[in-house]
Amino acid sequence: MSTGTTKLDVVVSDVAPVNDLVTRFHFRRRDGELLPTFSGGAHVVVEMRDGDRTRLNPYSLMGSPLNTSEYTISVRRDDVGRGGSLFMHRSVKPGLEMVISYPVNLFSLDLRARKHLMLAGGIGITPFMAQTAQLAGSGGNFELHYTCRTASLGTYADILQQRYDRRVKLYHDDRDERIDLDRLLSTQPLGTHLYVCGPAGMINWVRDRAAALGWPSETVHFEHFAAPQPGAPFDVALAVSGKTIRVGSQQSLLEAIEAAGVDPPYLCRGGVCGQCETNVISADGKFIHNDHWLSEEDHRSGCKIMPCVSRFEGKSLVLER
Amino acid sequence: MGITFRKETFRDDYTFRNSPEHIRRFPFPFNEDSYMYAVNIEPHVVGPKGSVLENLIDVDEHYVAEMQDRALVLAEDPLRCQSLPHMTLAGWDLLELLMEQQALGYPEHFTLTRDGDRWRWINRPLGIDDTFTFGDTSTLPYGPMEYITRQSQGDFCILDQRDGNLWMDAGMVTTQADWSLDFDIGMNFFEWHAPVPLAHEKGIFIRALKFLTNIQQGKPARRLNWTMTINPRLDTSPENYHKWGPDRATVTPENVGDKVHLRVELQSFWRLPRSNGIVFPIRCYLIKMDELVTQPKWACRLHRVIRDLPEELATYKGLTRYRPTLVEWLSKLDDGSPTSPGFGPD
Ligand code: FES
Repeated sequence: MSTGTTKLDVVVSDVAPVNDLVTRFHFRRRDGELLPTFSGGAHVVVEMRDGDRTRLNPYSLMGSPLNTSEYTISVRRDDVGRGGSLFMHRSVKPGLEMVISYPVNLFSLDLRARKHLMLAGGIGITPFMAQTAQLAGSGGNFELHYTCRTASLGTYADILQQRYDRRVKLYHDDRDERIDLDRLLSTQPLGTHLYVCGPAGMINWVRDRAAALGWPSETVHFEHFAAPQPGAPFDVALAVSGKTIRVGSQQSLLEAIEAAGVDPPYLCRGGVCGQCETNVISADGKFIHNDHWLSEEDHRSGCKIMPCVSRFEGKSLVLER
Repeated sequence: MGITFRKETFRDDYTFRNSPEHIRRFPFPFNEDSYMYAVNIEPHVVGPKGSVLENLIDVDEHYVAEMQDRALVLAEDPLRCQSLPHMTLAGWDLLELLMEQQALGYPEHFTLTRDGDRWRWINRPLGIDDTFTFGDTSTLPYGPMEYITRQSQGDFCILDQRDGNLWMDAGMVTTQADWSLDFDIGMNFFEWHAPVPLAHEKGIFIRALKFLTNIQQGKPARRLNWTMTINPRLDTSPENYHKWGPDRATVTPENVGDKVHLRVELQSFWRLPRSNGIVFPIRCYLIKMDELVTQPKWACRLHRVIRDLPEELATYKGLTRYRPTLVEWLSKLDDGSPTSPGFGPD
């Protein structure tokens, strides 16, 4: 099987600023046909041609799955990140032709749930935009708790409240409003599933409390928005393809492997799906594992690495690629 | 032009036959003179014109007769079609997939028109012309999965994906080789493959599960599997073992050509878009020995494959009783000369 997903040729049909940090992008198919149907929680990988380098970033689809005439994503500007979000904000204009992947869903609703309890932090609201639209369209039972720094940075909070009224509860950091998590988690009806998307700290907090309060792990769903972290450059030998490459400080290992003309598999580019898992043949140095896929034991053994998010510091690294 | 649908039966008088053109398009599963277990999964993309892969969902001359046989099985045993409550959305996904693919591949037989949620489906071979609201189960005579799989050849297992596992939570299974939906419904991937006796086999299952849970929308995959069946019986379910099991003792040198059938399953794997479930259509093709040996290359090759099949495999596939008779019969058609590479007939 070849790697990655099937691609879609799209054109940017609209770019709309949402607030100081977030911009929304709309895509339509270049051939005018409908886009593939998707399910709430799905993402697409957007290819960005930035000069001679190609960046591939995943973004959640936030439109209603019932509308396949266009896809919409929201991008939060990250001034200290590796530049993908800045590229989107600065260089992507209506009319630009781009390539995106087919939708992939690594954060799908559990349709057995009697109730869907959703917790969003910041830009982590985007998958819930699609999920709430999907559930509202089919009479599903949901409740959304959304924390944001300030009211003006509450991306889509107004729209959500208009659409779903009391099913949406907002919390603003600057007003010291905090989710009473233990109370919320201990008063849910049987058959509730919990979904959380936001910063890593929030996800860990929610998962820990849910576990402590006796929620079975299969009822707790989460999605990390783990972008690859920048770091010191390092060299890697690829044993199968016989190449030696340098991973730049703003580049991920996966991107460097791709830039060398090797085509490794991936789906999420965020350290969660497991597709890019690669065997380490030899290493002299220290791994910086940023993934959520490998077990702690795998991390300690140093025999495997997830090139989409993980880095290395040291003398030498040889991978089976 | 269109397909000429055959009038035939898969039970009682067994009038099932393949036309000469259909013999040549049979998905013969051996590309060399011996058979080895292999993970033979490949992308499910459109293949050569005239082959069973010309369209991703194949409709052939047996369509009408197979649908009639399915209706008979369901009348006797409604549990062959089941869908747990949370799988209705996946049923709509499957309905869309099958209607789209059948209409695309066979426009002279099937037409799908959509006006928003109002869909009209015309199935000329079965004389169906229904208008319904997509997503509204009350507008169809059956649930969406049952409705469309009563009109589609092959069995269908719909799997829910959660917790890094796959759960057999819906299906239409009437043409299976000795397994039962009623037994497997609600089980996860490891449960329905249990008992897995050996640790190394367990590793294969983990890899297979990982592959399947990574199946992507827009990128279906497929594999071929094979076994043999006595008489062209589609429904070889465990529930009906008492009907088909004893047939294996009825093979004689005189009737091998007519009774013994090669049974090939084309399994494909698709990600469903709305439900994020996975569907396995398992399409069964039958060919009797008399038909198969009209292609000399296949006759030689099948002889060598069956003759050299390891004992455990022969037992696993249930061939033990009649293998010597079959090999003896096939050996007369094998002149020992080399066969050409590839699956197709010469
Ligand atoms: S691409 Fe998903 S874990 Fe690396």
